[in-house]
Order: sequence, then C-alpha cells, then structure tokens
Amino acid sequence: MLSFTLRRLVQSAATLLVMSLLVFAGVYAIGNPVDILINPEADQAEIARATAQLGLDLPLWRQYLVFLQGALGGDLGNSFVAGVPAITLILERLPATLELALLAMLIAIGLGVPLGLVAGLKPESWIGRTIMAGSILGFSLPTFWVGLMLILVFSVQLGWLPTTGRGPTIDLFGIPVSFLSWEGLRHLILPATNLALFKLALLVRLVRSGTREAMLQDYVRYARAKGLAGREVLRVHVLPNILIPVITVAGLEFGSLIAFAVVTETVFAWPGMGKLLIDSIGLLDRPVIVAYLLVTVCLFIFINLVVDLLYAALDPRVRPEGAR
Amino acid sequence: MNAGIAARGHAREFAAGFARDHVALAALAVLTLLFAAALAAPWLTPQDPYDLAQLDILDAKLPPGAVAAAGHTYWLGSDDQGRDMWSAILHGLRISLGVGLLSTILALGIGLAVGLISARAGGWVDALIMRVVDLQLSFPSILVALILLALTGQGVDRIIAALVVVQWAYYARTVRGAALVELRREYVDAAICAGYGEARILFRHVLPNVMPPLIVVATVQVAHAIALEATLSFLGLGLPITEPSLGLLIANGYAYLLAGHYWISVFPGIALLLTIMAINLVGDRLRDVLNPRLQ
Amino acid sequence: MNKKPLITFASCLLALVLHAAPAASAAELRIGLSGEVSSLDPHLLASQPNLTVARHVFESLTDVDPQTRLIPGLAESWRALDPLTWEFRLRRGVKFHDGSEFTAEDAVFSLARPLSIRGSPGGFASYVRAVESATAVDSHTLRVKTKYPYGALPEDINSILIVSKKAAQNAGPEDFDSGRAMVGTGPYRFLRYQRGDRLELARHDQWWGKTPAWDRVTLRVVPADPSRTAALLSGELDAIEHVPSADLKNINKNKKLITIQTTSWRTILLHLDQYRAQPPGVSGADGKALEKNPFMDLRVRRAMSMAIHREAIVSRVMEGLAVPAANIVSPGVFGHNPALKAAPYDPEGARRLLAEAGYPQGFRITLAGPNNRYINDEQILQTIAQLLTRVGVQTRVEAAPMSAFLGRVRKEDTAVSLLGWGSFAADLALRSLIAGPNPEKGYGAWNWGRYANPKVDALMEQALGSTDRGRRETLAREANTLAMNDLAIIPLHHQVVSWAMRANLAYTPRTDEFTFAHHFTPR
Repeated sequence: MLSFTLRRLVQSAATLLVMSLLVFAGVYAIGNPVDILINPEADQAEIARATAQLGLDLPLWRQYLVFLQGALGGDLGNSFVAGVPAITLILERLPATLELALLAMLIAIGLGVPLGLVAGLKPESWIGRTIMAGSILGFSLPTFWVGLMLILVFSVQLGWLPTTGRGPTIDLFGIPVSFLSWEGLRHLILPATNLALFKLALLVRLVRSGTREAMLQDYVRYARAKGLAGREVLRVHVLPNILIPVITVAGLEFGSLIAFAVVTETVFAWPGMGKLLIDSIGLLDRPVIVAYLLVTVCLFIFINLVVDLLYAALDPRVRPEGAR
Repeated sequence: MNAGIAARGHAREFAAGFARDHVALAALAVLTLLFAAALAAPWLTPQDPYDLAQLDILDAKLPPGAVAAAGHTYWLGSDDQGRDMWSAILHGLRISLGVGLLSTILALGIGLAVGLISARAGGWVDALIMRVVDLQLSFPSILVALILLALTGQGVDRIIAALVVVQWAYYARTVRGAALVELRREYVDAAICAGYGEARILFRHVLPNVMPPLIVVATVQVAHAIALEATLSFLGLGLPITEPSLGLLIANGYAYLLAGHYWISVFPGIALLLTIMAINLVGDRLRDVLNPRLQ
Repeated sequence: MNKKPLITFASCLLALVLHAAPAASAAELRIGLSGEVSSLDPHLLASQPNLTVARHVFESLTDVDPQTRLIPGLAESWRALDPLTWEFRLRRGVKFHDGSEFTAEDAVFSLARPLSIRGSPGGFASYVRAVESATAVDSHTLRVKTKYPYGALPEDINSILIVSKKAAQNAGPEDFDSGRAMVGTGPYRFLRYQRGDRLELARHDQWWGKTPAWDRVTLRVVPADPSRTAALLSGELDAIEHVPSADLKNINKNKKLITIQTTSWRTILLHLDQYRAQPPGVSGADGKALEKNPFMDLRVRRAMSMAIHREAIVSRVMEGLAVPAANIVSPGVFGHNPALKAAPYDPEGARRLLAEAGYPQGFRITLAGPNNRYINDEQILQTIAQLLTRVGVQTRVEAAPMSAFLGRVRKEDTAVSLLGWGSFAADLALRSLIAGPNPEKGYGAWNWGRYANPKVDALMEQALGSTDRGRRETLAREANTLAMNDLAIIPLHHQVVSWAMRANLAYTPRTDEFTFAHHFTPR
C-alpha cells in the first residue's frame, strides 16, 4: 500500500511538472496578461513597468525557474489580477466546488443504486425498460445543455428555484457551506442535479449489469433455491457484490465530477474553482491556473487513497500488500 | 474470442442478433439518416451558412416559417446573423460528426499502435509507455482538453488534436491488455514456429482478435467526443463562430433564449441529442450482442 | 440501522429553514453587476468592475457627473496656479468610516500608493505619470506639481481613490479583501465580502453628500448575461447593469420592471493597418498579393465606412442599444463634435469608390476582434464581414478571446481589428488611439494601425498642454474633427448602456457606465 501510494505521489508530481510547463509555455505564447488588464490610458512605459512588476519581462525559462524556486518553498505566486496568493484564491473556492460535487455524488448514488437494482432485477418489465431508456437519455444529454434547460424550466418558466449563484452561506467548522439554510439549499438543487445526471445514468447502468450478473451466479441461485426471501437474497448476496464496483466507480468518477464542475459552475455562475479556472484562463492569470492544477491533482490523490482504503475494508480478498 | 468469431465468420448471425432489438434498429436508422443528411448538407440546404455574403443581417432572428428577403423560407427560423437554422444545423451536424469520427479514428489508430508495441516490446519500453498512459488517464479528459485548447486557440484542427490527446491513452491501455492475453495463446506460438515476422504476427494475427471489442468502445466514444466538442465550444474554447458546430449553435442561441427566440438554441440542441442518443443506443446494442453472457 | 440521528438532523434542518427565511428590509438594495471583481484594493487594477465596487466605499478628489463632466468630489475646488502647478482645496469635515478626519495627508498618501504596490498589473500609474510631486500645504490644501504643462490632471486623478493613510499604510490587497483596510470616506462602508460572489455594504451615516436611500446594499457579481436577467426576472435582484440586448424587449414588456438607458462613453471602432506595404491577411480578389496597402488610400477607407450599414448593426445586432458613430468620443463627452455625421449606408457608392481607387474587383481582408469583451462583439464582426463582402471586400472573420486577440495584435499579426474605447475627453482618446506612436511621450500606445498625422498630433498636444478648459476643448474638438474626416479609424457605434430595475426604482443613467447604489432612489 505504501509503495503504491508513493508511486502515485511521484506520478502526480510528474503530471504536475508537465502540466505546469505546458501552462507556462502556452500562456507565454498567447500573450501578455498586462495587455488585457491594463487600463486604456496606459502608455508604453506603463505597460512595460507593469510587465516587469509581474516578472513577465524575463525570458520564459527564467520565469519558470523563478516559479519552481517559489513552488519548492510552498509559494505558487500571487494572482496577477487579485494580488493575493493564487493558492488562497483556489482554496477559498474549494468548499463551493466540493459541496456541489458531493451533493451531486449523493444524488447520483442515492437514486442510481435503487434504480439500477430495479432495472437489473426486472430487466424486461416496463419499469426496467423505462429506467434504461432514461439512463440512455441521461448519458446522451450534454451537461451544459441540461443546465440551460433546467434554468429555463424551473427558474424562468416556473419560478420555483433561483437561477444562479450560491446564495447565503453558513459557516460549518469555519467552512462556508450553503446546504444548511433553505435559501442556500434552493440555490444548490439545480446545479447539483445538473452535475449528477451523467453519473446517475452511469451508476444505473453499472448497478443494473452488476445485479444481472449477480443474479446469475451459482450462490444466488442456490440461495433462492434454498427458499431465501427475495429481499434477503438482495441484502446478503447481491448488494455486497455490486457495492464494490459502485464505490470504485463513485470514487474515480468523483475526480471527473470536480472537473466537470467547470461546466456546471459556468452555466449556473456558481462561485467554485472551475469558474475561477475559466476566468483565469480568459485573463491569462497563470499562477491561478497552475494553483488550480495543483489542488485538483492533490484532490485526486486523496480520493484515490480513500477509494483504495474503502476497497480494502469492504473486500477481504484485496490485501493491501498486493499493490496493483 | 466470441467477439472475434462473430465479427469474422458469423456476420449474419450478428446482424440478426442486433436486429432483435427494435429500439436499436430504429436508432441505427436514425443514425444512418443523420449521416446521410450531414453528407448531403450542401444539396439539402438553401444557404451556405459559412459564406457570409449569403447572409443578410436584415433577416436576423426570424421565427420558424418566416420568408426571407431572398425568397426562400426559414423553416426552422434564422439566427442573429440571418443564418438559416436548417442550413446551419445540417452543416453543424457535419462538423460535429466529422470531429467526433475523425478524432476517434485517429485516437484509435494511435492507441492501437502504441498498445501493440507496448505489449510486444515489454521491458522498459512497456513500462515507460504505460507510465505516460497512466499520467494521461489520471486527469479527466475535459480538463486536459480545456487547457490544451485554451493554450492553442480555436479551430477544427486544434479541437481534433485535443480530442485525440485525451482519448488515445484509453485505447492504448485496452489494446495492451487484450494483446497481452492474445500473445500468450497457442496460435501465436504456432505463428512464431512457422517463422512469421514480428509485424505480421502483430498485425495479421493479434490485431483482428483485439479489434471487435475495441470497435464497440470506439462507437460510444464517438458520442463522447461529440458531446465534449459541444461542451468545449459552449465554453468558448472550441470552434470559431464562423464555422458553427451543433454545440456552438446552442451556445450562440443561449443568449436569445430568455428573449423568446427559442429556435436558435433548441433546434440544434435536439439535433445534438438525437445524434448522441442514436450512437449510444447502437453502441449499447453492439456490446450486448458481443457479450453473450448477458443474453 | 439507528434512525434517531437522521430524525434529529432533519428537525435541525427544518429549524434552520424556518429561521433563515429571507427578511428583505424595505431599505435594502440588491444590484447585479456584470463584471468580475478581482480585488477590493482600489489601487491594484484599474478595471471598471473593481472601480465600481470601490467607488461605493472610496471617493476621489474630483468627481464626474452622469454626463462625464467634472464636478467637485473630496476637493471642493481646484485651479492651476501656473502651467505646472495645480492647487486643490479639500472639503472640510469629511469623516472616514473609522471616524477619523480626512486631510491632505491622506490625499498625498493615496496619490503615491498606486506606484508602491508590488506585483500590481498596473493601470493606475498612468494617471499620475504627469505628477512631479504632491504636497500638503496645510491640512486641507493639496498642491500638485506636474512635469510638463498638463490640462488633463483633474480628469486623471478622478481615477485615484482616496484611502485612509492610517488604515492603508503597509496594507496589501489581502487587507482590503478582508475589510481591514477598507476605510474610506464614501457613502457605504464595508460589511462582508465573498470573492467572486458578493459585497455587502452598510450606509455611512456621516457621509457629507445627500443621504442615500438604502441602509444596506448587496452588490452581486453575475457576469453571465442570461443569469443576470433571470435573477432580475425572478426577483432575486432589484436592479442589474448592462441589460443583455437580447433581453431588453422582454424586460420592457414586464410591468413590474423598467429599463433606463443612455449613450455610453464607449466607442466601437476599426483600426486599419496604414504602415505596412503588405498587411497580414490582405490580398487581391484572386488571392495574389497586392501591390500596395489599400488602407493607405483615403478612398478605400471611405468606401469601407460607407459599406457598413450602421443602422442595421444598431437595430439588428444591438437591438437598438447603440448610436451610429462619427466621433472618437460619445455625444456630450469633452471634445465631441456634433457636426460630424456618420457615413450613410451606400453600397453602390462604396463600390464606385473602390473601383476609382483601383480595386474594381475588390480585395480580401481578415477582420480580427475579441469575442468576449464588448457587447455582441462577435456578432458585430460577422455583420461587418457580411456587409464588406457585399461590396467586394471579401472578409474573413477571426474572433478570439480578448487574451488571444491582444496577443496577436502585439505580434502585429492583424491588419483590420475591432477595438472599444471609453474616454473622458477627445484629446485623451486621440493620445492613445490616433497619435503617431511615440513611446517616450506615451503617444499612440493603442494606435494599432499606426496612422500618423502631424497636424492631428500637434493639435492634440496643444489641447493637453492647456490648463484653460475652454481653449483645451476647442483644440481637442478640432483635432478630433481632423482625424475623423481623414478616417484615421473607422468609427462604428457608441454603445448604449442600460440598467433594468424594479418599476418602483429610479436611476440617473451614467455615460461612464458606472452603477452606484447611492444614485438609485425609490419612486
């Protein structure tokens, strides 16, 4: 387990190095952020002064060295636009994104597992078919388009839910969250549903096929032949078997949820890190882009670790020593 | 192995298996129709939406059924530049399908080659390639594509490149896994004994057995690629506005949705949904037919 | 499974729900802003969104009225003692939010602060570039020496907000974001800030100006156009700025809402390459290289201007939210010449002029511009391409995000480019946009086409050098007229800026596009 984790860490560090190099070279090629940021009255001298202030007058490799030097000391640099450490900006936005992604995952699991079970137990019934049709639909709808339609229907036409934004937050252990107040929850429903939809469809399919396979297994047939009630069979034999892949996929997909939050946050003007990334790309705010990458990579490592631990706890056959 | 046989010798049986599901059959019909429409777009549309000289700003945002100054009818309405939505959707479909297909084929090709080489070479080559693959797969595709496009700029070539970059590793890993299994089979030993060359064994013997499941994956992947392109275009990072794909048309119409000009966004949305859904249904059925355990 | 915790949790939730029911007081105003606010530090970045929120808390020495004309701010009056010295008499009895008194020391400190922030992307330094020194003569008199005779100093220092020396000394941007250094003299004081989302403010009861109608103000940042409209329609916001042009009709139909608009100071224009023999992206109608740069011929520039159907752009693309332009600055702005008229749409005349200039078959150009900066910028580019192509100038559009577009401009990779510009005065706009580029004097930093006309430059220089406002305006107007008649740039339109709000509110629309809570009043 330890060596496995260690390898992951090294791998992620390599990823980060490659990505940061890419970002540096790419942003350098696009242009000078000062051109976008500076006010119209600025003259050539002022543009040059501001460029030097941000250290952007150095050759690219020097800029990268300066960054590496800082990064090794834990300093990713200040945001060009906000003048505060880029990592602070990202961490400020992290709770909003995590809250959104967690709720979306809860929705996906909470609905996906039972629906998948039903569809798996009764694949030929109308309800099973309807669920599967729904999951294909959920699979096919692009996230941003669903978001637009949700706003159009529930906010504009029906007026039930707020259109965008995060609403008021309440501090929970010093972290601002919105699910603790009615207003906050109302703001959370549409974006979380939007984000959940794709994963929901995925889980329905996964659980359905898992259930169908489990029902065909000898031990389940035997248990049923033995006269065990359907519910008991489900609880004792089927559920544990589908739980492992569900947890694995849920864990792995959580990373992609955070990535896809970029889209949902843009549609719903949700003040999370994804929206910050899009804004920062638009303004060529390089330190923030790099900080975003760092934080997401760390998140992924953490999630993978949790999944591995859960996996080991749930399945006695997986021994921690047996690093894959 | 079942897959290999089905694809090679038992095409008819396979087709019959596929056709047993009417929904899938209908989806295949829709997909064929969409492809045909996309291919024949220039002959089915009254306007070339890319030729700015054919557009008339005075015809902008006309509702469905309105008659243009030039005489033809905007059956699905017109957009903010006076672009005929029907023409724009068919041409957009062409771009969306083209981008999806081309990027998938390229990624599949690269993935196949890399995967086979990795499996056959083994040793440090294999280890190195697999580390690169891991690195690639440790990041969600949308994030990688998004950053690549932000850095390289807009354009059909750029978006195809970005989609290839985010897809190839997936195929490479799948192919390597399957190839490793195949390489241990007797027929490979037999071929080696018969004195066949490396390339011949890999491409004539191993490849055909690896392909079928891969094609199923690729089918669904085309749908993913189309959706991803649409999403990136929506975020303003994909295609230029003068060559609108379906995703870009939707994004473009978003601004007019609240003002009641629903057709600019809704019709391309329906076309996109139909396309992706048809591909998914066909891909699903393909997999079911090729995976007899679930029959 | 034990169900008790779940029930407890549910009842907790219910209690919270009941507790947190929104209690909007009558004197609260919630405004939706369109621009992303990057920092509360008023000296970090000179962007409109940052200044919009900062101007609720801080004020400047000189102020501008809704028509962009200078009025007294924290300075009651000012005058030029000699061509190199300005004296500002400061308002007495003005209190900072912490109760301390505003003095000339704070002004001296604030004028020096923009240059002292490290790692600032800048902008503000250009407003104090002419300043040699600023000194406090007494507690309420400020004297500013300039390096050269400079008439636009009162305009320039309008952009420098006055912070409290006591609170802002050694303070960085993070201290403003946290509220610690947010001590100003303005009508509102800082309550709470959630970056990227909202700023909450409370009324500063000791403010010297007319008491604002609202005790509490929430400034929400909602850059996505459809979201802003939707939030207004659903009643989440009381007012929004920059009403998306597509939604204007819809809002006007709604009886509970009203819209207010005025011509903005922002002019949308085209720069034409007038310095290279072979501008990039320009070729003959047959695709072969042209012998000479067509844009250097006034007839070609005139033809292109005549081919652009400004009324169609205004009515179809901008939904009426624009005014056809013939000036470098908007109507009412210092140095505007009302006698100039936009070229009428005349495709036949344009073709004739092109033939006369030696291009009977027209030629090919590439039109570059941003797709995320100005109202409907991408649509405008396409429409211009449509119209130019129709008279034979086959136009390809290259729209890109502002970041990538500016990168290309800096690499001199564009020949025809779209730009938007807002300015307090014609001579200031001319200095940046049309004066022959001269880095030493700071002229023509944004003159992408490198148009150069010594007569225009001389007039502009004289205007900027005069501390007498009447004389300065005459000169500025003259320079403006000369440049426009020569089509140094092709003016397209002046944007119209609009606000939408509940029908029981009123707002005096501002040419400079600023949205101020204290200028909203109940009807």
